[in-house]
Amino acid sequence: MTASSPEVVSGRRPPPAEKARPTPPKNASILRRAQASTAAVFLLPNMVLVGLFLLFPLALAFVISFQKLDSLGGSQYLGINNYADLLRDSVFWQTLWNTGVFTLFTVPVGMALGLGIAVLLNSVLPGRTLYRSIIFLPLVISGVATGVLGAWMFDQYNGFFNKLLSAVGISGPQWQSSGHWAMASLILVTLWQRVGFDMLIYLAGLQGVDPQLTEAATVDGATGWQRFRQITFPLLGPSTFFLLIMNVIYSFQVFDTVWAMTRGGPDYSTTTVVTYAYRTAFDEHGPQELGYGAAVGVVIYLITLVITIVQWRYSRNRDQSG
Amino acid sequence: MSVSLGAGMLAEASEESGRDHSQPRRNRRGRFFALRLVTAIVITLIMLLPVYWMLVTAFSPMGDLYSKGVHLWPQHFTFDNFTLPIKQFPVWRWFLNSTIIAVAVTVITVVVNLLAGYAFAKLRFRGRNALFLFLLSTMMIPVQAVMVPQFRLSIDLGLYGSIWAVILPESATVFGIFLARQFFIAIPDELLEAARCDGCSQFRTFRSVVLPLCKPLVAVLILLTAMSEWNSFAWPLVALFSNERQFTLPIGMVTDLQGEYSSNYGAIMAMSILMILPMVVLFLAFQRYFVEGLARSGIK
Repeated sequence: MTASSPEVVSGRRPPPAEKARPTPPKNASILRRAQASTAAVFLLPNMVLVGLFLLFPLALAFVISFQKLDSLGGSQYLGINNYADLLRDSVFWQTLWNTGVFTLFTVPVGMALGLGIAVLLNSVLPGRTLYRSIIFLPLVISGVATGVLGAWMFDQYNGFFNKLLSAVGISGPQWQSSGHWAMASLILVTLWQRVGFDMLIYLAGLQGVDPQLTEAATVDGATGWQRFRQITFPLLGPSTFFLLIMNVIYSFQVFDTVWAMTRGGPDYSTTTVVTYAYRTAFDEHGPQELGYGAAVGVVIYLITLVITIVQWRYSRNRDQSG
Repeated sequence: MSVSLGAGMLAEASEESGRDHSQPRRNRRGRFFALRLVTAIVITLIMLLPVYWMLVTAFSPMGDLYSKGVHLWPQHFTFDNFTLPIKQFPVWRWFLNSTIIAVAVTVITVVVNLLAGYAFAKLRFRGRNALFLFLLSTMMIPVQAVMVPQFRLSIDLGLYGSIWAVILPESATVFGIFLARQFFIAIPDELLEAARCDGCSQFRTFRSVVLPLCKPLVAVLILLTAMSEWNSFAWPLVALFSNERQFTLPIGMVTDLQGEYSSNYGAIMAMSILMILPMVVLFLAFQRYFVEGLARSGIK
């Protein structure tokens, strides 16, 4: 059954209903040709936009990454020099490391929190839809607004947290001057912003968990934690996998919150790799080091590609085994 | 701290799924019920706190914000934080630009993606699946990978610094195709064939039979596209950087306001409220569609 389904979707084989009808083959081919030309018309606007403003630039990115290019269009072929420089660029490696740290702290923690909240708000509680809405709210707030709000909440002199701490006689962390604390504040803000998404997907996943299963386990004497660990969590596997991929990609590509909150500073301590691409290409030298910026962009694209391929591999394996 | 809170919540919350109605069990559930309720309320308040603090800051005079001590509500109520930046910068112009760009991108994207989604769901042509998968793979292209060539391209096309430099590239998305295709596949073929037998062209079938059926889908697409475009930042920052009159609100915030008011966060929070308000209102009005859209594009 699994083998036949892709062909039905592909439409290469006419569906049974049409086959049964005594249509002369000539008519069918005319019909199909008419459908194909209609499809072309329906697809054209999208193809033009995607081709001109996405695929063409993507191809051009590879070309530019082998050049020295400034904003006036002066270009010079450099071969692989940009990439060789990139490998020797200690800041680039630092930004990759920062991205890793940021991802490692935001993704698993956010998912664990989201799962906890989803389980909590899946149970019967007065006002639970209100709680859900409020937890979801940060998702509709722009990354820039989130970033400036984070910068203010964590302001080391007049921010909410440090004022609160100093009110009880503790001098708060140096959220802006210390690189580690700046990264910590960025992670906390991102968790606030993203946890609603994790909650939402897990809530949807929990709808698919048959309550009879957990009830049967209760009859068999399983404790609450055992039921969660052995039944609910495994059944949420698809949600977990989906969230893992989406969150890794999000954390890998986040720019607006970072830029609005820290500008990647102090120094480069909160500069993620996508932030570095912007900084090198447009910010630090004006738009002068475009070739080098494009090379950083190409590396970002290749890493994203690897993540996507891993996702497709795994989800296909899962579908086949399931 | 928040991590252990999460773990505790988990262990405790799953307790309730048992449905035992004997008396001692019910007492136990009662106790956990109170704990669950308190946990939910505390989490909600923590989530709400930053937004509340944004409001308090926006309506407080600078003197109060930069003096010692925390006050949980404004000590002296003021509108200066709104009026001052609006006087100094073309904030309403930015608001208008944000609106124009969001509306234009939404209209283009929704129309174009509905058409393409219909072709992938209901029309048969050679290479349909391959093309669909190919388009799907472009969804993951990060803006930073194409930022530099897009910058060059917008200069060459004479668009750089105008809102068209934002509108056109940002309309080149395939996200909606994917959602639309899923929706259209569920429409029975018989319905479309009946329309065709009545003499409808493919386009008329699409417009008069299919579209009226998929108002929820259109609502979801409109809301998600409008939201992501209103909040869009990276590419507009590159494309509009040279031209203050063409800024959108997020670009104005980062390029002008953050520098000017770095020591008066009241103004920054006030302008942030202006920036988030339309989306918060849309969200409150159409929450169902937002949630549905995000969950659906999630679960696939």
